[in-house]
Amino acid sequence: MAGGNSHERGSSPQLRLETVGMDSLIIRLFDRIEESNMAWILAADGALREAFGTALVDLVPSYTTLLLHYDVAALEEGEVRARIQAALENLAPQSGQQGQLHEVPVWYDDSVGPELAPIAARLGISVEALIARHGAHDYCVFALGFAPGFAFMGVLEEALTTPRLKTPRQKIAPGSVGIADRQAAIYPSRSPGGWNILGRTPITLFGRNEAGEPSSRFMPGDRVRFVSVSREEFVRLGGDVTPLEERA
Amino acid sequence: MSADNDKRVRLDVKRSGALALVQDAGRLGVRHLGVTQGGAADWVSLGWANWLLGNAPDAPGLEITMGAGLTLKVGQAGTLALCGADLAATLDGEALLPGQAFAVTAGQVLKFERPVAGLRAYLAFPGGLDVAPVLGSAACTVRDGLGGLDGEGHALASGDVLTAAGNELSLRELPASAQAWQQSLTLEEGEALELALVVGAQIAEFSGDSLFRAFNRDWAVDGRADRMGVRLTGPRLERDGAGMVSEGIPLGAVQVPADGQPIILLNDRQTIGGYPRLGALTPLACAQLAQCVPGTRVRLAAVTPGQARQDHLAALAAWQA
Repeated sequence: MAGGNSHERGSSPQLRLETVGMDSLIIRLFDRIEESNMAWILAADGALREAFGTALVDLVPSYTTLLLHYDVAALEEGEVRARIQAALENLAPQSGQQGQLHEVPVWYDDSVGPELAPIAARLGISVEALIARHGAHDYCVFALGFAPGFAFMGVLEEALTTPRLKTPRQKIAPGSVGIADRQAAIYPSRSPGGWNILGRTPITLFGRNEAGEPSSRFMPGDRVRFVSVSREEFVRLGGDVTPLEERA
Repeated sequence: MSADNDKRVRLDVKRSGALALVQDAGRLGVRHLGVTQGGAADWVSLGWANWLLGNAPDAPGLEITMGAGLTLKVGQAGTLALCGADLAATLDGEALLPGQAFAVTAGQVLKFERPVAGLRAYLAFPGGLDVAPVLGSAACTVRDGLGGLDGEGHALASGDVLTAAGNELSLRELPASAQAWQQSLTLEEGEALELALVVGAQIAEFSGDSLFRAFNRDWAVDGRADRMGVRLTGPRLERDGAGMVSEGIPLGAVQVPADGQPIILLNDRQTIGGYPRLGALTPLACAQLAQCVPGTRVRLAAVTPGQARQDHLAALAAWQA
C-alpha cells in the first residue's frame, strides 16, 4: 500500500483483512475516525468494485473499514483475500474534492429542535452562537446506514460533543437535523432515534430519481454545509412546521 | 388484461393475520446506500416452495410468520405450493401440510392459524408473485418502505390481491434433502438446535470463560425476535476492549451488546453498527434460526469458512437439478 502523502493530514492506511462470515470480509484501513480517511476509503471502494465485478454482492464503506460481501459460488476466501491484496496494493488516496458539496437549509427552532436550547445552555453560549458554530463547518459524509439515505457525517467541532439521549425517542420527524457525540446526521424518514435534534430541513434525503428508482441524495465522500434559514424560507421550500413531538 | 393474464392464479386477502410479506432473495448491491438486505428469512424453504412449481428458487413468494388467521380467498383457480413452517394451514377447512404443491379452485379459502412446527411458512405461485421490483428486488422491507405489492414496503393487508407472475407449471416432488429440512423444523424434546457459526476476528476480545460458555452452553431464543434480529438468552458474555467504530454488518452477525446477551442479526438488520461480534451464523443457520419459536434451545457450533461454503454450495446444488 502507498506510504504517507505529505499533502494528506492523518495517517496512511494499514491494510488488515478480517473474516466476518461465510461470505464477508472486513477490510480494515484505519483505527480512528478522521476526515482524511475518506479519500482512501473511496479509492479502495472504486478499486474493489473494479476488481470483483459481478462476484461482488455488496460493498459497504464506513469510517475506517469496508465490508465486502462476495458471491461464494464464484470465489472462495483465499481467492478473495488475494484479489483484495492485489486491488489495494498501490492504493493512493483520491485527491481533491471528490464528491458533491450539498448546502442544506435548516430551520433551527425549539419547536422542531428541542435540544437546541439545552445544548446552548450547557455550553454557556447563545442559541444563535450554537447555530453559527453548527453551520461553520463542512461535514464529511462517512457512511450511509441505519436507514436508507441516513448519512453519518463528521466531524463535529470538539466543544460541541454531545452524548446521545439517555432514552431514545420513539419517533423522529423526517428532516430532523441532529448531533450525537462528534457526528451530525439528518433523519431521512420517520424513525426512532437517540440523536439530539437541533432543527429541521425541508429537503428529501432518500427518494425516487428520474428513473423512478429510490436513491440517496448524499453519498459517502460528499460534503454537507448546514445553512440557517428563517421559518418563512423553510415553509417556502416546502418544510413542515408541525412541532417535532406532534409531527413524529 | 389478456386472456393469458386471466388464467393466472389469484388470491384475495380477506384477513391479513400477523405478518405476511412478499419476499425473494433480497435487495442486493445497495447496502452502501443504507438500504437493508431483506429477503426470505428462511430462504431454503422459499427455495423449495418455488422448486415444487418449477420456479427459480428466489422467485418472489409470500412469507407468512405465525399464521394468526391469515385468510386468502381464491379468485382465480390454479396451483400453489407451500413449504416451511406448519402453521396449521387449511384449504376449505381441510388440513394442508407444508412440503407440497396443491390445486385451488375459485371460491376456496386458504387459512393459516398458528405455529405447529416452525415459525415461517412460504407460499409460492407459478412464475413467482407478480410484483414490480424496487432496486432489483420484490422483497418487502417495512422499515425502509421498499418493495412488496405496492413497492412501498407495506405488509399484506385486507383487500390486497396476490397474482401469480405466470401460469406455466413444471410440477416437481421434494427430494429427500428437502424433506429432511422440512422435518428439522420439529425438534425432539430436550434437543438443542445446532447453529453453524463462522468465527470473526473480534472473538479474541472476549474472555476465555465467555468463549467457553458461548459454544458449550445452550441458549434460548428470546421473545424479542423479528426479521431484524433474534436475541438469545443464557450465560453472560464478557468482552474487554475499547468501544468500536461502526462498520458494515454481515447477515447472521452475532453481536454482543453491553448486557452480554447475543443478538443475531437477520435479513432486515441495519447496514452498519458498532457492537462487537463473535462471528456470523452461516446463511443456512440463519434460515434455521428464522424458524425457531421463542424458547427454542440452540447451541452455537464453530465451522470454518471453507466448510460453511461447501455446505452452502451443496444446498444450492440441490436446485440445479
